[in-house]
Amino acid sequence: MADNAIAIHWRRYPERYLLRGCHCETCKTDFFPGRLFCPNCRRKGKMVSKEMPRTGKIVSFTEVFVGPIGFQHETPYFLALIDLGNKCMILSQIVDSPKEKIKTGAQVKKVFRKIQDTDHEGAIAYGYKFKVS
Amino acid sequence: MRSVSIIGAGQTAFGEHWNESFRDLIGKAGLMALESSGIEGKTIQAIYGGTMASGRFVGQEHIGALIADELGLTPLPATRLEAACASGGVALRNAYISVASGLYDVVAVGGVEKMTEISVEEAGFALGGAGDQETELFHGATFPALYALLARKHMEAFGTTEEQMAQVAVKNHYNAMFNPNAQFHREITIQDVMNSGYVASPLKLLDCSPISDGAATVILCETSKAKKISENAIEILASTQASDSLALTGRKSLTELMATKVAAKLDFEEAHLKPSDIDLAEVHDCFTIAEILAIEDLGFFKKGDGGKATEKGKTSLKGEIPINPSGGLKACGHPVGATGIKQAVEMFFQLNGLAKERQVKDAKIGLTHNVGGSGATAVVHIFKKAQVK
Ligand SMILES: [Zn+2]
Repeated sequence: MADNAIAIHWRRYPERYLLRGCHCETCKTDFFPGRLFCPNCRRKGKMVSKEMPRTGKIVSFTEVFVGPIGFQHETPYFLALIDLGNKCMILSQIVDSPKEKIKTGAQVKKVFRKIQDTDHEGAIAYGYKFKVS
Repeated sequence: MRSVSIIGAGQTAFGEHWNESFRDLIGKAGLMALESSGIEGKTIQAIYGGTMASGRFVGQEHIGALIADELGLTPLPATRLEAACASGGVALRNAYISVASGLYDVVAVGGVEKMTEISVEEAGFALGGAGDQETELFHGATFPALYALLARKHMEAFGTTEEQMAQVAVKNHYNAMFNPNAQFHREITIQDVMNSGYVASPLKLLDCSPISDGAATVILCETSKAKKISENAIEILASTQASDSLALTGRKSLTELMATKVAAKLDFEEAHLKPSDIDLAEVHDCFTIAEILAIEDLGFFKKGDGGKATEKGKTSLKGEIPINPSGGLKACGHPVGATGIKQAVEMFFQLNGLAKERQVKDAKIGLTHNVGGSGATAVVHIFKKAQVK
């Protein structure tokens, strides 16, 4: 894992804490995560910061039994692709939800949780997860 | 652009090579390819190499120079290319471009990965770099998990079943029985796959390609010269590549890999061929669902029919379009940087009728398909036996 973890986490606080992405005022398109410029309008686009909807619908999901480094103590856990309703998709863990309710089409809402705490610098990363609403 | 052919091909066995280093593997594959081409090393004018994460796997970067050094071919220019699991395919394409453009007449292109020197967990972390570190890996995604998300979508959209996906693994393990270079020489059943335990539902352990060591090399030559040098020259009829969003969240569709579709369409146009003209294909089956997506996106089967076609045996060694006669990534093994080159090596054997027990009957035109990450890079090549005068 990288040194300088604090800076790596800190620069993404707006995205991870507030679901802050961006919006192109020229073509009225939302983007998450935010991007430097609009791929539709290119240099003619005007990007402004924007918070994404905090609710969405599960598009696909998986239950992870073999976790990557940093997540091995959490298995099994659910990951889902979530449609935020503004043509943006987000990948997130689904937590605090009964297993039988985690399915395609289920409505979910954003919660704030610890994501990882195994960084060797001791930095704890927080951010978004979702739960079935 | 000039026509380019492969005049020699070599591959180490894929698997766990505890006795052999990264350097040994790429050196051996290079020598085998030279031997097979019949040319002298000094004929080569440039070297290309594909490897994904040698820095993570063995702590070694600067692979271009390493290959030139190991093969005794300094001071030739030597270039490494990286595109995750498509590193080999991208290296092949760039080597192809260097000859097609007229800059060189003869070049060597190798692919290599040495993945078993670190723990499975560390290897998984290194492979994770093929996805989006900040929006996928950070949240606990693994590569099986990303493909599992695609698999579930395919199952719900088209009725593809876990058994149909399992059949991909069963078929590829069967083919690998006849490939001396394959990592696994063990037949498996659908029940074995179904009982192998979820890694990321609906994908199970035997839906996943293994962690492997290995290397492969081919020698490329301008075609008119190639025909004079070698009776075994196989011509590259088309070479195309396309990109898509690094993360799955940026995809327009989750039931296809757009980069594969675009690369395939351009490839068929370039070769003046259609999918039904292809006699066999080596496709990127890093997970069983990936082969199902590939045979649809390449145009061999209608979108949604890949699972059923596999179940009916249409992609088996004696089926209407044999897919992965080598055993594929699943059973031949997947040393990531080597895979794209190994696919071309298999075409060299198949189109020259040298594939022995796994030989596809009347193999005249073959296609290779190499994917990086969860579909952010796709490379497609079409090959045909060059008509030797
Ligand atoms: Zn725009």
